[in-house]
Amino acid sequence: MLDDFLIRAGLAALGVAMAAGVLGCFVVWRRMAHFGDATAHAAVLGVAMALMFGWSIFAGVGLVALTMAVLIYGLTGRGQAVDTILGVLSHGALATGLVAVTLIPGQRVDLDAYLFGDVLTVTRMDVAIIWGGAALVMGVLWSHWTALLTATLNPDLASASGINPRREHLILTLLLAAVVAVAIKVVGALLITALLIIPAAAAARGFARTPEQMAGLAAVLGAISAVAGLKVAVMLDTPVGPTIVCVAAALFAIGTVVTKLRSVGV
Amino acid sequence: MPVLPTSGAVMTALLSATGITLRHGQNTVLENVSLAITAGEIVTIVGPNGSGKSSLLRVLIGALTPQAGTVTRKAGLQIGYVPQKLHIDPTMPMTVRRFLDLPKQVETSVAMQALQTAGVPETTNRQMSQLSGGQFQRVLLARALLGKPDVLMLDEATQGLDQPGSARFYRQIEDVRRDLGCAILMVSHELHVVMSASDRVICLNGHVCCEGTPDVVSAAPAYRELFGSGTGGALALYRHEHDHHHHHHDHEDAP
Repeated sequence: MLDDFLIRAGLAALGVAMAAGVLGCFVVWRRMAHFGDATAHAAVLGVAMALMFGWSIFAGVGLVALTMAVLIYGLTGRGQAVDTILGVLSHGALATGLVAVTLIPGQRVDLDAYLFGDVLTVTRMDVAIIWGGAALVMGVLWSHWTALLTATLNPDLASASGINPRREHLILTLLLAAVVAVAIKVVGALLITALLIIPAAAAARGFARTPEQMAGLAAVLGAISAVAGLKVAVMLDTPVGPTIVCVAAALFAIGTVVTKLRSVGV
Repeated sequence: MPVLPTSGAVMTALLSATGITLRHGQNTVLENVSLAITAGEIVTIVGPNGSGKSSLLRVLIGALTPQAGTVTRKAGLQIGYVPQKLHIDPTMPMTVRRFLDLPKQVETSVAMQALQTAGVPETTNRQMSQLSGGQFQRVLLARALLGKPDVLMLDEATQGLDQPGSARFYRQIEDVRRDLGCAILMVSHELHVVMSASDRVICLNGHVCCEGTPDVVSAAPAYRELFGSGTGGALALYRHEHDHHHHHHDHEDAP
């Protein structure tokens, strides 16, 4: 069954979209979108390193995303104005990655595949790694759910209950790096943040009553975007990653309109 | 520093802080602050803006690590904390009932009991974002009560409430102490309301200016310097002419 490239692509997209949907709720609640961008943009540098040293793409991207995420985590702990620094790091890493890729001797690298993803070429091994990573992210979120939620709500409230809010922040940071690593082949460095934020934002549109409902809904919306996006992309012969994000954005728009209509009593 | 008698009986403290010094960068927020809370007493920390009241509470709950000094807790001490403000991001859906399950799941009957004690049993299925200011504070109080706290800590818990609202809130606090027997440590700048409800008042301005029963503190020179004698107007709040310590708090109208 896994011999069919479309099925492999669908499974890969599904795994990434569901994990990103749930983790994305925390990104939205904590307003970490820029943080996600910076970590994801650094992935291109990871691609360059992986190609240069002959590592697996997952390893290179994971390593650089992790380094970037921990760097930003350290900076945010010192109460600096983070927004500007994130901008510098994010685009600095992206530009360095783009330059570094062209400096690799002896091969022309298809940059588009890493910027926008190339899910149709994933191998069985890729699918296994993606699902392994996604399962790890989901597992950690599951086991830390209450502590993460309390720390997100209010750091002092967490401290008073014996939860270390900085530790929970670090855990989210590491999970973000893991999602970036498994998402690079599916949607590419430029659209990873979209996969984190859009399903979660759509799920926040007045349908969910608890954080858990919102997270579940975000995972479902991510899964719908992944499967429908792949179908549409094959039908219209468009790039899969951006098409998945288009479907997610359309779901967000529909959710917004429906919420507005409900609020005015239609 | 005038030595004032304290009303607290000689008992082992639930929670004590000794010689706390806290700096934010160049700023010394707290200097050599010591205090102790014994079972069942209501202690109020008063002081002007920027006097380190909230920071002191945050040191006591372990959210801030002081540069010097120690915080000692009775083994297994349960703290119920009501923060000054709790901003819930509008993208996070949260019912009152779900909120009470953080950080530990509680039985619905227990949650209802806590809401009853806090005076807001009708809010259980509402979204946190739809509560009024008074209801929100009471839900925070209910959540703090769930862990059966030995000490309840409230940081400017009546911020945003009108005067009758905050008076009602403090009466509720006295009921809570009567019913649950927990010690209560409050931070406030609403002096007259708080004073009457407290067993002991600590007047803070970076350091402990004075301490004692409400009567003793309101008669103390250091307190009067800080807050004026009631008719001094807004400026009097910040007058500090004959302060007994030379420390970091600069005042424009200092001599």
